[in-house]
Parts: sequence; structure tokens; C-alpha cells
Amino acid sequence: MVDGPLAVEAIDLVKDFGATRAVDGVSLSVPTGSIYGLLGPNGAGKTTTLRMLLGIIDPSSGNRRVLGRSRPLDAAEEIGYLPEERGLYPAMHARDAIAFMGALRGMALREARRRADELLTEYGLGEWAKKPIRNLSKGMAQTVQLLGTIIHKPRLIVLDEPFSGLDAINQARLEERIRSEAREGATIIFSTHVIAHAERLCERIAIIAKGKVAFDGRVDEARARLRPIVRLQTREREGPWRSAIPAGSRTEGSTFVFELPESGPEPLLKALIDGGAGIEALAIERPGLHDAFVAIAGESAAAAMAQEKPQ
Amino acid sequence: MRKLLRGAFVIGRRDFAATVLSKTFLFFLLGPLFPLLFGGIFGGIGASVASQREKPVVAVVASPSDFAPLASARERLADAIDDEKLVRLERFDPQGGSTDQQTRLLASREPPVLAVLTGVPAQPHLTGAIDPDGVTAHQVQLLLADAKETQPSSTVAVTHTDTASGSLSNDRAATGQVGQTVLFFLTLLLSTMLLSQVVEEKSNKIVEVVAAALPIESLFVGKLFAMLAASVLGLLVWTAAVAAVIASLKQGGLAALPPPAIGWPAFLTLAVVYFALNYLLLGAVFLTIGAQASTVREVQTLSMPVTFAQVVIFGFAATTAASPNSAGAIAAAIFPLSSPLAMIARGAQEADIWPHVAAILWQILWVAVILRVGSRLFRKTVLKSGPSRSWWRMRRT
Repeated sequence: MVDGPLAVEAIDLVKDFGATRAVDGVSLSVPTGSIYGLLGPNGAGKTTTLRMLLGIIDPSSGNRRVLGRSRPLDAAEEIGYLPEERGLYPAMHARDAIAFMGALRGMALREARRRADELLTEYGLGEWAKKPIRNLSKGMAQTVQLLGTIIHKPRLIVLDEPFSGLDAINQARLEERIRSEAREGATIIFSTHVIAHAERLCERIAIIAKGKVAFDGRVDEARARLRPIVRLQTREREGPWRSAIPAGSRTEGSTFVFELPESGPEPLLKALIDGGAGIEALAIERPGLHDAFVAIAGESAAAAMAQEKPQ
Repeated sequence: MRKLLRGAFVIGRRDFAATVLSKTFLFFLLGPLFPLLFGGIFGGIGASVASQREKPVVAVVASPSDFAPLASARERLADAIDDEKLVRLERFDPQGGSTDQQTRLLASREPPVLAVLTGVPAQPHLTGAIDPDGVTAHQVQLLLADAKETQPSSTVAVTHTDTASGSLSNDRAATGQVGQTVLFFLTLLLSTMLLSQVVEEKSNKIVEVVAAALPIESLFVGKLFAMLAASVLGLLVWTAAVAAVIASLKQGGLAALPPPAIGWPAFLTLAVVYFALNYLLLGAVFLTIGAQASTVREVQTLSMPVTFAQVVIFGFAATTAASPNSAGAIAAAIFPLSSPLAMIARGAQEADIWPHVAAILWQILWVAVILRVGSRLFRKTVLKSGPSRSWWRMRRT
């Protein structure tokens, strides 16, 4: 359940490419001002969903509302989009490339050029402003495209696999930029197959697998689907305390690992102490998003994500 | 509509700047001038060679006094017939056996001899590799007949007029055909460039950014008009160059060409409008076809059939140029892709303006229709948007 106004709403979106159903009844609710992650392995339908939300393609069925409009192109001047497959005109100067993307979104060219200069300077690329894109490194070109995505101060920023191809430093800078845009009130949707990015950035996520939404909600709600994990080390290996450990627990060396019983930590502790376990260490860990993803999307989807190109 | 036009302007401005400000645009401008340059150089050399090369003559074996009336007759005839088209005569003194002299003369290379004329003036006889009923024999016959007269029998008084109905219709048809041909070649040269226009966006992956920001029609319209603007810039340069060449070669310059029925100002205005519309019509088709291609190789493969299609359309319009009110000409004027070519020919021969107004509106309508269909096809086949059924299934249902 989402409180407050929605920046993006999708209801039962379906997209067929010939006989293949790429997106199968996707429904999403993206609150205004949130950072929202679309998680899923390649081929799950993330990009197709984003393209439908942006109006690049029309859904085979279903409805969408973007910034209050049913035709996404009507809101195009308030949207910034960084596609998964990056593209710039190689002969264009960096400054002109950014300004061109601003002009596409309704900015006057003079204003767009002024703003492009500001952004390039802010990102330490001022001296590259009048160099052709073909002379820039891949990381620089990606930064130029990102700057072109945000030059017009959009209310909604859609980033498709934005961390792909960036080195660690630029990934950190991009994460900070995303947080900064969100602080200024923009809604950010980004797709990724790297759970760590979503875990660090997102308030809400949708987990997509095989064209369907397996989960749409807050990150802590996803985690809450799993019981906290207890890691226990004891002096004694046997004794009455063993009855306090649930069936299905496993051992990692001398450590017992099991889900926290629904009765909570206090009854567990009491049973261990009263049963003479001789507790040496006890930790209760909240499950990570990766564990939640495995639980929600299944082992196969998690394995597919793990096999994809690391970022 | 405002959004579409604004987007088209953004795309068009970028494309125009990218085209015109590139180094290769200089070659584009110079390209059509190369044939003129080489034509001038090799034409001059050819003319020089031709003038230096000795032309075949009819060798006249006669005394100077017998030859003089024949030479005078040739001079008189050369005033009425182009001298180049009139048989050349060269006198040789009679020597011994006439048969031997004939054989020697026919074998001569300096000058090359076409035939030998003997027995002048009483019993003229022509010997050589010529047709008895051919041009050379008849011209020699005329010269001999004229030579019998010491003076021309009478002088024809000539009064000159600028035009005559018999010559004017032919001249105007010629103007129409020239207009058609110029329009066709300019479009042929320029519009095929549009085949490769969208490939740049597709190969650079920019098409996603554009499609997310603008109606896809903006991309098509912007590209079409950017290339039209670049072409018009080229045209201005080429027209100035051609006008200068004509002015230097022909006394009176452009004004010396046969005047069209609607007058030069209206004809030239229509020529510009019809060029633009012909370019937009064919360009919209080529843009649509080219947008389906993914690589430059595919575009190159498409170029030949597209060029042939243009030639067929030109052929259709050209066959009807001489008779603008024939059923064929009206069909060519109605068929959108041949309409500009047919109408420019009509402008040379018919003075009515209203058919041009109707044709221009009709052509504009078709530009819009083709762009609309093209952009929808692009969305469907390239961006994979819209219904998933194939066109033949849609027709069946």
C-alpha cells in the first residue's frame, strides 16, 4: 500500500512481441519523490516495462499514468531517461550533446548550453566541453549522457541499468547524484540486476521475474518476508538446550544457524540459558535484500542475476 | 502539433548543422560541379582535337576555272546550311590517266578522300565509297546545279519574328522536359541520402532517447527538412554556377531559353516548390525504407532498387510531358510520386495556375500521409511498439 501521490502507476501492463510475452500483467506504484528500484535478471522484462512507462512503446494491454498523464509523451519535458544502451553522436561536442538532450526536453538551446557548461564544470569535465564525444573515454561519455538526462531538472528520472560499465568511483558518484536528485524532490526509477545498488539506494523496489512482478513494496517489507537469522555458538554441544533450536537449522563449523522462532528472542534465550547451553556468542541478523530476493523470486532468478556481468 | 514541430525543429537543426558544418559537405557542394569542370576541360580538348583532325573531302579533279563556280556554289549553300554539315570540296589538277588518279586520290590520307568528282562541268561523275542516294551524292548534285547559275535567281526577303505557334509549342515542351529532367536528377542526387539518415540514430542508440522525448514523427519530419535545407543550400550554389556557365556560353544567358507558358518568374517559383515537394515525397518514402535498415550495408543494398524506382517514376512523368492534357499526363499528375514532375512540365506549356495550387495541396497531403505511415511503421517494426499482429494477418481479419 502506497501513501501519498504517485509519480508513476502501472496497471496490468502486458507486452507481447510476436508469440513471446515479455511483460505479463505488471502493476507498479511509484510514490512521488522516492527512489524506486526495478530488480530482476536480464530478460525479466525490466527494460520493456520502462519503455512502456516512457511511451517509447505502447503496451499490448493495460494502463499507465506518468506524472498524472495517461500519455507519457505529454510529460516528456518533465522526464529524464538514461537508456541501457548508451548513445551519443560521436562528432558532437560534449557540451552540445548535453544541450541537445536538453533541447529535446524543451529547453531553449542557449539556456541548455549554459547549463551544460555548468554541469560539465561541476563534474570536472569543463575542459572537455568542446571536445568531440569520440575523443572522450567511455566513463566520460557515460557521464555526459547522465548530465544530458538531468540537464532540464526533470521531476522523474528513469535510469536503465545506470551503473553498467562504470568503475567503482563513478558508481559511487552516480549513487550520490541519485540521492542528491531525490533530495531535491525528483522521483527516481532505476533498473538493476545488482542487488547491492538497490539495497543502498532504494526505499521501494519491485522484483520482476519472467515478466511478472513478484514483489512491489518497501525494502524493509521485502526483508520482513524472511525471519531474522540467529547465529549461535555454545560451549556445550549437547544438552536440554538443544530442544530450543528449531528443526531445519544448519551448522557452519561450530555455529548453529537458524531462523528466529516466531515467539521472539526472549523465550529462545531463556531456553538456552536454562538448558545449560553455555552461550559464547549469539547474533540475530536481519536478512539482506539478496536473501529476500532469493525467497521472493526463487533460486533460479537469483542464480541468473549472479551469472550476469558484474558491475 | 506544436510539440511535433518543436521536436522536428530540434532534430532538424542538429542534422542541418551536422551536415553543413562537416568537411564532407564541401565535397557534396563540389560534386555536381566536377562534371561541369571535366566537361569543360575534355569538351575543349575534344573540340580542339576535332578541329585539328582533317575531315573527309570530295576531291574535285578540275581546272581552277571549272572549279570556281562549284566553290562559289558551296559558299552560297553554306550560308543556308551549317558549314559543318556541308560536303567539303578540294580541287586537284587533272593528271594523265584519270583512273589512276582516282585510285591514288581514294587511297590518300592527306586529306582523307570520300569520293572523287571528275568531268566537271559537262559530264560530272562521282566515284567513291558513297551511297548513290546518300547525302554526299545529293549535296554534290545540288552544288553542280547551283554552279550552272552565275547568279542566284532571286533573293528571298526574310522578316524575323521572336515566336511562331509551330515553334513555340515545341520550345515549351522542351522547357518542360528540361524542367522535369533537372528536377529528377536533383532529387535523384539528393533524396537517396535520406536512406541512411535514421541508421545514424539507430547505430548510435540515440533513437531511444529521442523516442522517449518526442513523437517519432518529429524525428522523420526534422530529418526530412534538415536534408531539404542542406539540399537547397547546395542548389543555390549549383544554380549560381550553372547560370554563370550558361551566361558565359550563350548570348542572352537564361533569358535566351524558350519561355514557359506561365512566364519565367512563376515557372522558376514553381520549379523550387515542386523540387521541394518532389524531394519531400520521395524523401519521405526513402526515409521510411531506410529506417527499416539496421546497417549501412543494408542501406547500400537498398540504394539500387530505390534508384530504379525513381527512374521508373521519372519515365512515367516524362512520357507525358509533351501533352499535358492527355490521360497519361493527368494520371502522372495525380499519382503522388510523379505529380511534381508532371506538373512542372505542365507549367511550361499551360498558363493556368489553379491546377498547380491543387497539385501542391495534394502533394503536401501525401507528404503528411507518407510520414505518418512511415513513423508508425518505424514504431512498429523498429521500436517494436503497437499491435503484435503482422500486416498480412491484419488484412485478413
